[in-house]
Amino acid sequence: MLEKAFVGGRTYLTWMACLLVFMGFGFISWLFQFTEGLGVTGMSRDISWGVYIANFTFLVGVAAAAVMVVIPYYIHHYKAFGRITILAEFLGVAAVSMCLLFILVDLGNPVRALNVALHPTPNSILFWDMIVLNGYLFLNIFIGWNILSAERKNSPPPRWLKPFIYLSIPWAISIHTVTAFLYAGLPGRHFWLTAIMAARFLASAFAAGPAMLILFCLIVRRTTKFDPGKEQIRTLAGIVTYAMILNVFFFLLETFTAFYSQIPGHMHTIQYLFGGLHGHTGLVPWMWAATFFAAVALVLLIVPAARRAEDVLAVACVCVFIACYIDKGVGLVIGGFIPNPFERVTEYVATVPEVLITLGVWATGFFIMSLLYKVAITVKEEQEQLKA
Amino acid sequence: MGVDRRKFLKIAGMSTLGAAAIPATSVLATTNPVEWMYEQTGGFTPSELLLHFFHKPAGFKPADALTGSRWAMVVNVKSLDEEVVEACKEACHHVHNVPEIDNPKHEVKWIWEDEYGHVFPAKHHEYVAEKYEHTPFLVMCNHCFNAPCVRVCPTRATFKRKSDGIVMMDMHRCIGCRFCMAACPYGSRSFNWKDPRPYIRKENPGYPTRTKGVVEKCQFCAERLAKGEIPACVEAAQKISKEKGKEPALAFGDLGDPNSEVRALLRENYSIRRKPELGTGPNVYYIV
Repeated sequence: MLEKAFVGGRTYLTWMACLLVFMGFGFISWLFQFTEGLGVTGMSRDISWGVYIANFTFLVGVAAAAVMVVIPYYIHHYKAFGRITILAEFLGVAAVSMCLLFILVDLGNPVRALNVALHPTPNSILFWDMIVLNGYLFLNIFIGWNILSAERKNSPPPRWLKPFIYLSIPWAISIHTVTAFLYAGLPGRHFWLTAIMAARFLASAFAAGPAMLILFCLIVRRTTKFDPGKEQIRTLAGIVTYAMILNVFFFLLETFTAFYSQIPGHMHTIQYLFGGLHGHTGLVPWMWAATFFAAVALVLLIVPAARRAEDVLAVACVCVFIACYIDKGVGLVIGGFIPNPFERVTEYVATVPEVLITLGVWATGFFIMSLLYKVAITVKEEQEQLKA
Repeated sequence: MGVDRRKFLKIAGMSTLGAAAIPATSVLATTNPVEWMYEQTGGFTPSELLLHFFHKPAGFKPADALTGSRWAMVVNVKSLDEEVVEACKEACHHVHNVPEIDNPKHEVKWIWEDEYGHVFPAKHHEYVAEKYEHTPFLVMCNHCFNAPCVRVCPTRATFKRKSDGIVMMDMHRCIGCRFCMAACPYGSRSFNWKDPRPYIRKENPGYPTRTKGVVEKCQFCAERLAKGEIPACVEAAQKISKEKGKEPALAFGDLGDPNSEVRALLRENYSIRRKPELGTGPNVYYIV
């Protein structure tokens, strides 16, 4: 089936070539970082994780979101989602690949990455994160490929695949829970030390992931002969709506605990993010932009007439994506380091090589996703032609 | 190295005999087989054990080594001043080849000073006595009894030495993920954001230099203890305090020994630790 990824129209090939260019720039920048050290990034002694780990955290959520399509289809027998499970699973594959790449580019010593496997350390959450992420990548490739092969032969997926599909459901939850545990178990980082972290992660994941899926479905409909379906998009929009409401609700819970208790450590980061601390206001515009986009998204999603108009829905989905990306990607990871253990503020700004590497990883993710979507959609187009 | 020759041979023998030779009870007692393996071998992975078949473990200790069960540092704040602090920093950073990088974002430091309000942020208030407000408090790795950095390290590149509780670094194993820096509530860890070697003022050939991409920190001078010497900062501080006729600004000793100097100091003085509420069990005490 893979051969279908290598033939395509002019638009497809141009798109892939563009991605390759970004991947190339990213790779060259990474070589520069590899020889010079991570000092070429904006990270520092105080902000020791930056845009790489932030993107990693956000994308784990996108990957986990495939489960929002798998559960209704396989557990609740919601047949409509049968058309798009493969799209969700392949989005998961691309997202997890990006997660692994973001971890790799963040390592000070990438050549020693295998030490995590050579010296297994069960008390480290990062060790478990490696296991669940790689497992999830395998599960999604394996399940997606088998379902697609069956579909191509116009037969139902093999029965032995079912256990893997059921396994992939808790596994998807696990990747985001374990990723939240990376943060939520650290003493002395008040902003992260919260029991609701994993729940918040899942809520934002189930908002941002399906929102991206809706956008991809709309693009697929416009650029190919395969229509993911009106009902499918409408149901996804409902999922995004509920998840986004929960996401915002969970965040408000955090602010209540911090500001009603008035415990300084709990308030500091939130104060820094939304108003600045000790005169440092680097992330304030970002966070208010996120708030604005979240508000717009909620209005557009909650009003039924707006949500059902697909053009408006697309705008809402872009807003959800931006709001979640800033909240989790920028605010959560970088904010967690502010103030530092000495209650001083060091700020962080990503550098040019860092941004190029980040874009390169995103381009790689889109490249993987485009390849897989091309295969899946070609198979689906052939099947629909046969039926017609 | 936690394995002596006899114990090693015992383990090697058991491994070759296979699972049948291992007492089932001891396996069942711990839930995790990897964990169990570590416990039995004192921190060796299966691959390392295999290597030891061909390479004799170097588990010797010279007769004059300083040994203890729980090393601790006592900082006598009354004796701290700029001169002592500079001498301690100089002594430590010179013997350990710590690079001098001016950019505060890329700084590497094992021992340094900060103000009371920043070292003890939760204890600070606006009426703190002037003399404490501006005393340079020495800070370093706390060698926590329950160290979060050890808990989070995915490769055991940072580990707590079983014999004496020193939180150590294996600079050859560290992958540079910086999880330990996020976990440390004391900001005690430094990452080599670039090649540190050009920034070493005068290299000490007796101690390894580091490469870019690894985390490092104070190791309570484990290499000096092995030779029977007290930590470099303590030596420097005691020399200056003696010259000035003051009580020593730093004391180092074994908390496990009731007759040690540190135990005597803690018995006779009121002492505080940094962020004890986090349950990390810091082993650096401040007498104020």
